[in-house]
Amino acid sequence: MSRERAAVLDVILLSVQILNGIQLGILLFLVAAGLTLVFGILDVINLAHGALFMVGAYAGAVVAVASGSLALTILVAPAAALVVGVLLDRLVLRFLYDRGHLDQVLATFGLLLFLNEAVRVTFGSAARPFPVPELLDWSVSLPGGASYPAWRIAIIAVGLALALAMFLIIAGTRAGMLVRAASTNAGMLELLGIDIHRLLLGTFGIGAALAGFAGAMAGPIAAIQPGMGDHILILAFVVIVIGGTGSVQGALLGSLLVGLCDTLGRAFLTDGIRLLLPPAAANEIGPAIASMLMYLVMAVVLLVRPEGLLPARRPGR
Amino acid sequence: MTRGGADPLAGRPPVPWICLVLLGGTAIALVLLEAAEHPYYVKLLNRALILALAALALDLVVGVAGLVSLGHAAFLGVGAYTVGIMAEHGLTSGFLQWPVALVASAAVAAVIGWLSLRTRGAHFIMITLAFAQMLFFVAISLSRYGGDDGLTIWTRSEFGALVSLSDRLGLAWVSLGILTLAYLGLRRLERSRFGRVLRGARDNERRVATLGFAVERYRLAAFVLSGTLTGLAGVLLANLTEFVSPAYMSWQRSGELLAMVVLGGLGTLHGAILGAFAFVLLEEALSSLTTHWALLFGPLLVLVVLAGRGGLVGLLAGRWGPK
Repeated sequence: MSRERAAVLDVILLSVQILNGIQLGILLFLVAAGLTLVFGILDVINLAHGALFMVGAYAGAVVAVASGSLALTILVAPAAALVVGVLLDRLVLRFLYDRGHLDQVLATFGLLLFLNEAVRVTFGSAARPFPVPELLDWSVSLPGGASYPAWRIAIIAVGLALALAMFLIIAGTRAGMLVRAASTNAGMLELLGIDIHRLLLGTFGIGAALAGFAGAMAGPIAAIQPGMGDHILILAFVVIVIGGTGSVQGALLGSLLVGLCDTLGRAFLTDGIRLLLPPAAANEIGPAIASMLMYLVMAVVLLVRPEGLLPARRPGR
Repeated sequence: MTRGGADPLAGRPPVPWICLVLLGGTAIALVLLEAAEHPYYVKLLNRALILALAALALDLVVGVAGLVSLGHAAFLGVGAYTVGIMAEHGLTSGFLQWPVALVASAAVAAVIGWLSLRTRGAHFIMITLAFAQMLFFVAISLSRYGGDDGLTIWTRSEFGALVSLSDRLGLAWVSLGILTLAYLGLRRLERSRFGRVLRGARDNERRVATLGFAVERYRLAAFVLSGTLTGLAGVLLANLTEFVSPAYMSWQRSGELLAMVVLGGLGTLHGAILGAFAFVLLEEALSSLTTHWALLFGPLLVLVVLAGRGGLVGLLAGRWGPK
């Protein structure tokens, strides 16, 4: 193989991996966005948020298998997550808002255990099939001869559109203004006669729907299993720590950073280390460092800017 | 300090009776169960003793210092993996394995604590959780040491003629001894200046800082001590199960440790021991009812949290003890 040909292949591989990284980042953003907004309004930690991602994926899988319809799939998934989310809020979460973090962690941990197990009882432990709906079951050819699935392109496109919509809503509407105001000073907003809990429920509901939507979009490219949301939830926490609490911009920046770091690290780090170390050692160390990469980014952010890269409220509020 | 008012930490109140009953009862039960040849239950009690050590260590950070760590399973894993990896290379002497495991856990706790303590509240929870998850994935990527499948430990730590851990009761006595010593030591520490600074900073950080205490250093010291003790629990757990796997560091395990602390009674130390026993026995009872025991345990945890504080210790004190 000629050198030029190899170089072209490298560029193709790199661009495919960059697209994969952006696409993972977009999914993370959809999960983290709702979480960070609720978190900005009220300092409440909710481990069950990851379960909503799982609910969306299962709802999407069931509908996609039964109907094959794209429109139905991407409507039902967020709706299911919204219903479950609002139920959780009314039944349990609202009693936790004025409790300490420890109580919130434990109660939502209990909820998560229950939801994961309930899904296992209902659908079994085996991964469920989620066929790509026919409408998007094709590939785009990239320059250079590679091809990229339309479904993944759709994730990126729809995710960016949703991110843009969120920016516009938060910057330009009354509801968005209230959310911004609440993350600056929720107490003041309450004194001004705004029902902070309704605002919270609305934000939480939108966050739940977004997480459910992300679950459905991730469905065809992920293993749909009980507990599939747990890891995404922890990644969303990393995103919030990196991006800063309460800000959609921060969540987007953090998500893309985490998605790209993780994907590119796994794809290229071992080869990179091979340039420095013997192959056997590189094969040992490479994957370990690749899996640490995004947490190392988080550690650096904590060292340099403990409040995150783009927090909604400045430190020393 | 309030003048004239009753200082809950004044003097040296006796060890709570429930703790004596529990530890003494465990000792008797171990002897009886071994004599009756119920190795399964000996192992179960031993597991409770080991998890009690981890929960006790966690209570120092969560209960006494008020820092909610959702990543303590990481230290359990570091301790266990140190034993596993050294045994894999033929280094089976406990005199070598245990100190290395303790130093490793302390070092990991120092780094994680140093980074996480730059934040407060919910961020602290998310960051400890994230770093523990990082170690979980590192363990999975260690293909040389079993990766996802874990690593079988063919020889338990060897202490020459001192004690034999390959004997079921031997390991149980060592676990019981370490738990008792750790409990008495932490009780002392909690009542010392160190413990008072931690408690004070938990309730009002600014005031304690104004008094001239470097709150951060006290918290870091508590976090490192707690991580080291949890690492020791990991060492014991690896010896008990003769196996280590990434699951030791799973974030559910961290959640379970927190649940034990709260189930028993937050910030009381002996509550953590009680909680760990209650958790292990509950897990055993529920999973004998159904394989889907989380279906029952999850809502139970929600109810315990919503119903009120104090845990088992609060329950016992409310019923039978002085108010």
